[in-house]
Amino acid sequence: MTDTGVTIAERMSANATQSALELRGLGRMFGALAALADINLTVRPGERRAVLGSNGAGKTTLFNCITGDFLPTTGSIRFFGEDITAFPPQERIRRGLRRTYQISLLFTHLSVIDNVYLACRGVSRGRFSLIRPRRDEALMQSAVELVDLVHLAEVRDTIVAELSYGQQRQLEIAMALAGAPRFILFDEPAAGLSPTERRDLIEILTNLPGHMGYIIIEHDMDVALRVSESVTMMHNGRIFKEGRPEEIEDDEEVQALYLGGGHGHG
Amino acid sequence: MAVTEHPGGETARQGSGFWPSVWNAPASRWGFAAILLLIPAAAGDFWLLQVYGWTFALGIVALSLQFLGGYGGMVSLAQMTIAGFAGYMVAIFGTSSVEHISLGWPWWLNIPAAIFLAVIFGTITGALAVRTEGIYTIMITLAIAAAFFFFVNQDYVLFNGFSGFNSVLPPTLFGVDWREPTAYYYMTLFFAVLAYGVVLYVSRSPFGLALQGVRDNPRRMAALGFNVTAHRIAAYAFASVIAAVGGLLLVWSNAQVSPGTQSIDWVINILIIAVVGGMSRPIGPFIGAFIFVLLENWSETALAWVGLSPERFKLVIGLGFLAIVLWSRDGVLGIWESWRARSRRDPLTGRAPGDDA
Ligand SMILES: Nc1ncnc2c1ncn2[C@@H]1O[C@H](COP(=O)(O)OP(=O)(O)OP(=O)(O)O)[C@@H](O)[C@H]1O
Ligand SMILES: [Mg+2]
Repeated sequence: MTDTGVTIAERMSANATQSALELRGLGRMFGALAALADINLTVRPGERRAVLGSNGAGKTTLFNCITGDFLPTTGSIRFFGEDITAFPPQERIRRGLRRTYQISLLFTHLSVIDNVYLACRGVSRGRFSLIRPRRDEALMQSAVELVDLVHLAEVRDTIVAELSYGQQRQLEIAMALAGAPRFILFDEPAAGLSPTERRDLIEILTNLPGHMGYIIIEHDMDVALRVSESVTMMHNGRIFKEGRPEEIEDDEEVQALYLGGGHGHG
Repeated sequence: MAVTEHPGGETARQGSGFWPSVWNAPASRWGFAAILLLIPAAAGDFWLLQVYGWTFALGIVALSLQFLGGYGGMVSLAQMTIAGFAGYMVAIFGTSSVEHISLGWPWWLNIPAAIFLAVIFGTITGALAVRTEGIYTIMITLAIAAAFFFFVNQDYVLFNGFSGFNSVLPPTLFGVDWREPTAYYYMTLFFAVLAYGVVLYVSRSPFGLALQGVRDNPRRMAALGFNVTAHRIAAYAFASVIAAVGGLLLVWSNAQVSPGTQSIDWVINILIIAVVGGMSRPIGPFIGAFIFVLLENWSETALAWVGLSPERFKLVIGLGFLAIVLWSRDGVLGIWESWRARSRRDPLTGRAPGDDA
C-alpha cells in the first residue's frame, strides 16, 4: 500500500481490524546472519505480551524492525491495520507506537524534565516552536506528571548524566508513556533495577490503562509472567512457542531451552 | 577562612528557570552591561571600529556556528560564506560604486531580501550537509565555502569578480551615519546583544531543546516522533539569519565586499573564534572574537618588539589555538568553568557546594 491515495473507507476498514500489531513473514539479515526469520505475530489492542528468549535470540532486533530503527529485510508490519513497513520511525511513533531501549538512549546533557518534555513534544504539534514552554503549559504539566509517576520528582531538574542507572531506566519508561500511546514495546525494563525499583515497575505496568497494550522483553521470569497475559518464545531469530504464561512455564521444550530445566513450578 | 562569594548566576544555566533570569542577574552582569554602554565615552575611533565593532560583528557570525555546533553538534564551515553571501546580496540589490550591477533598491526592501536569500543559501547548504556526520559535515561545508569563493572570484556578471563591490553603505536611518565609529559601535553592540539573547532564548524553546536532543541522540529523537533531518536543516536556516546579520555588519564596517570577505582564511578564522571562545554557550564566540581581534591587531607589533618578523602573526594565532584546544575541551569557557569549579571547591573536603543538586 502506498501512503498516497488512501481513501477514508480504506482507513476505516483498517481501523476496524482487531489487531494492534500484525507481523507477516518478518525477516532481518545482518550479513549472512538471519537475526529474524519468518516472524508471524498478531497482538490484539490492549494485549500484554512477554517475549522471552536467550541472548541473541533476536528480540531487540524484532523491536528495532517494528519501530523502524532498522528496516526489515522481508515481510510486512501492520499497526492498527495500517501498513507501516516502510515508514520512518517518527511516523510510527506519531501513530501511537512507543518503545524503551535495552541500553538507555537518553539525552545525557539535558535535565530529566527536558527529556520527558521532548518526549511529549515529539508526538504533538509545535516541534519547531521557538517559544519557550511555560510552567503551566499542558505539555509541561504532563511531563511533570510522568516524572512523578516514575518516582523521579526529586531529580526533575538534574542532568541525566548524573542519574543512577536505575533512575535512567525509570526515565526510559516515562518517555515511552508520553503522549497517548496505543502500544508500547519495553526492552528489558527491569534489567539492573533494585528490588524496590522492580516492584515500582511492575506496579506502573499493571496500572497502565486497559487499552494500552504492550510487548515486554524480560529475562526475569517472575516479572515477565506477572505483567503479561500471553508469552512468545524466541530462539535463533524464530518464534517457536506461544501461549499463556502457565503453559509456557510448564512446557518441557521451553524448560530445556530457556529455563535450563531448573525453574521450579507448582 | 575567607570563602569567596560566587553569585549564583551560572547555576541557572542548564535549567530550572523557564525564563531568562534577566532581572535578577547578579550585579557583575549589570556592571558589565554598563561598561559596554559607556565604552564610546573613553575609547578612540580605532578601538570602536576595528576592535569592538569587529568583535561584535565577527562574534555574531561565530555565534551562528556556536548554535549549530554547540547545540546541534554540526560543525559548519560555511557560516562566513553565508555571511559574505548576505553582504553580496545587499550590494547587488542596494547601492554600490558598481552601478551597472547594483539595483539601488531602498534599504527596507534590500536588507530583508539579502537576509532572505542568505537563509535560502544556508538552508540548501544545510540540506546537503545534514545527512553526513562529523568530519564529512566539515568537508562538505568547506567544499561549499571554497566553491563560492572561487565562483565569486571569476564571475563578473553578478559578483563583479576579484574587485567585488565598494561603497556598500548602511542606510542613514534616523539621520545617523552608522559608519561613524560611535554609531557603528552601538549598532553592532545592539545586534550582538540581540543575537545573543535570541540564541539563549531559543536554546530553551522546543526547537532548541530538540536540537540538543538531536545532538545527544538522533536515533532516540526519531523514536520520539521528531524528524531529525528536518530539524537539522531548520537549525541551518536559523543559523543563517544570524550569520547574515553578522555579514551585513562586517560588510558595512569597511563599506566593501569582495571574494576576500569569505576567503578560506576567514572561513577557518570563524572556526578558530568559535572553538577558542567555547562552543557550549553563546557568550563563547564573542570571547573568541575579542581575543582574535586583539591578536590580529597587536601580535605584529608584539612580534616586531621581540625581533620576529610580523608575518609570524598567523603562527601566534595557530600556537594560541593549539594551546587552548590542548588545554581545554571547551575553549576559554572551559578554562573559566574548571577554574570556577576549582575555586568553589572546599579546600578540605574537595567538594563543591552545588554538588548535591
Ligand atoms: N546492528 C547489528 N549488526 C549486526 N548484527 C546485529 C545487530 N544487531 C543485532 N545483531 C545480531 O543479531 C542477533 C540478534 O540480536 P538481538 O540484539 O536482537 O538479540 P536479543 O534477543 O535482544 O538478545 P539479548 O537478550 O542479549 O538482548 C545477534 O546475533 C546479534 O549479534
Ligand atoms: Mg536485546
